[in-house]
Amino acid sequence: MLTLDRLDKVYKTGTFGTSDLHAVRQVSLDVRRGEVVSLIGESGSGKSTIGKMVLHLLDSSGGTITFDGRDVTSLGFRERREYYRRVQGVFQDPFSSFNPIFKVDRTFETLRRSYFPRVSSSDWRGRLEEALGAVSLQPGDILGKFPHQLSGGQLQRLLIARALLLDIDLLVADEIISMLDASTRIDVLNLLVELKSRGLGILFVTHDLSLGNYVSDRVVILYKGRVVERGVTSAVFDDPLHPYTRDLLASVPHLDRTWEDVEAEEAERSANLAGRCLYHEALAAQGRAFGEEAEAADGVPDGVGLVEHTPGHFVGCFRLAADDDCPAA
Amino acid sequence: MTATQPTTGPGTETADQAAVAAAPSGARAGGDLRETLYFALRNPKVLVGGVVVLGFLVLGLVGPSFLRYAPMDYAGPPMAPPSADFPLGTTTFGQDVFAQFVAGLRSTFLVGVLGGAVAAVIGMTIGFVAGYRGGLIDELLNMLTNVVLVIPGFVVLVILNAYLGVRSVPMQALYIGVFSWPWVARAVRSQTLSLRSRDFIDLARLSGVGVGTILRREVAPNMYSYLFMTFVLLFGGSILTAASLDFIGLGPTNAMSLGLMMNQAVQWSALHLGLWWWFVPPGLGITLIVGSLYIMNVGLDEVFNPKLRET
Repeated sequence: MLTLDRLDKVYKTGTFGTSDLHAVRQVSLDVRRGEVVSLIGESGSGKSTIGKMVLHLLDSSGGTITFDGRDVTSLGFRERREYYRRVQGVFQDPFSSFNPIFKVDRTFETLRRSYFPRVSSSDWRGRLEEALGAVSLQPGDILGKFPHQLSGGQLQRLLIARALLLDIDLLVADEIISMLDASTRIDVLNLLVELKSRGLGILFVTHDLSLGNYVSDRVVILYKGRVVERGVTSAVFDDPLHPYTRDLLASVPHLDRTWEDVEAEEAERSANLAGRCLYHEALAAQGRAFGEEAEAADGVPDGVGLVEHTPGHFVGCFRLAADDDCPAA
Repeated sequence: MTATQPTTGPGTETADQAAVAAAPSGARAGGDLRETLYFALRNPKVLVGGVVVLGFLVLGLVGPSFLRYAPMDYAGPPMAPPSADFPLGTTTFGQDVFAQFVAGLRSTFLVGVLGGAVAAVIGMTIGFVAGYRGGLIDELLNMLTNVVLVIPGFVVLVILNAYLGVRSVPMQALYIGVFSWPWVARAVRSQTLSLRSRDFIDLARLSGVGVGTILRREVAPNMYSYLFMTFVLLFGGSILTAASLDFIGLGPTNAMSLGLMMNQAVQWSALHLGLWWWFVPPGLGITLIVGSLYIMNVGLDEVFNPKLRET
């Protein structure tokens, strides 16, 4: 449904815009209907930037975004309006997602004015109550309140209800759990899983591995703007290949295993993979000598390219940042 | 404010819901307006400030039709202190100070409102657009703002006034407005910049609404009290600039203003002669009008921002 192909985002930095900052490098991924794809990475890895580019809140510098077979990389105002009927986002901070001086109802009213100007008041009220019911909120408790009178979890669910009013196909959920309490967290997560079963595609942006593991069908691990590893959740989490993914997974405490177990397993795996680079090994197997980087078949430089290690499990060169050297070199 | 406590809770909510159920469309906007008015009319600062400003305005608008003398008429004995015939006494030439005051109020309000409005419209438009769009547009508008900012406005006003020779109150207000907007543009721009990065702006964009609507419905309401304060400052500034122009003899030739009254009072040594009734009323008038607007502004801040309401 949604396909990103070699998406780039470059910021000009420095006094006169002389130097470039690659926030996102040649990221390719896809989200299908009824599927949750997690975009996992630390702060500054470019995960939110990708989400914002998909939502057209930021312009991309290169590459294409395709939605249902249509190129939506650059849209005019009208096309964008239509695009938003089917693609919506929910952001990290529920408190700043509402204009603090207005009641929360106004967010819905804006939507109604914009997309449903002919829907009657009572009809709209019915739809609103239905959407609020879908996120298990009581309309009477919520409507007519100011944002500061509600909890973060309630606000976050309100935002999801807002997206549901539009009958969307894709939801970009940008860190929507990280500001919530543990108790409301699980409600929102379960809500996402339920939406998925209704056929919604969700791009779930997070820095939290366990959340990624809990909800997603596939994960994309980002580091410094490039995809280092991506694949089916179980494949990536059971057999992390890239050094960054391994570090990341080793740093998460497990409920069922002690630190020693994890440490031993990880030590074994790193001993096995030390000084190697599965990406270049795979390329060598295809008959390409090391160093022939510019001649890669699909034109993707080695620094950001991926190879399919096992079916559905892709891994990039084992260098950390895209401009470091490959450990196998 | 404890008296309002019961009514702001469930009471308004049910009223709102009733409004939503009753009226087919536009009910929410009406409800919000009604609620804003509800809080505005219960705020003592807004009430006191509003009553004083409105009082002067009504006096300026209605007063002249009840006066026996025109402002420049030599109506009575010179230098007479306040009396039943002349409530604010007379000038050195026997002109009725009260008649002058009432006529002056009119042009003072006109200069303040017109000059303030012109500057506010230019400054806010440039500030909003520059802050929200950013990039090249921002840089160009910023350059324009800075150029106008470094122009010594008052000197240009003097030259313009003297050279063009158009000496009417509206033209004076227009000149003042055209040269006093830069700081408004800068302040509004910086506020817009900080608001633009908030998530609710992104969410409004995701609702498919245009730039104008976002600025009008999402950005500006967060700054209402600030924008009003800007207008108050521009209003006061225009009055004072107009008074200065009047003072150096570049005032309107065919009208009276509070600044002109003070100018004449000083010119004819009212201070030394002890004619306090000549210069105190216009000075007090300007002070009261501008001061009341400030007090109103503090109160309106509470009305516009629900977090500051003393409920």
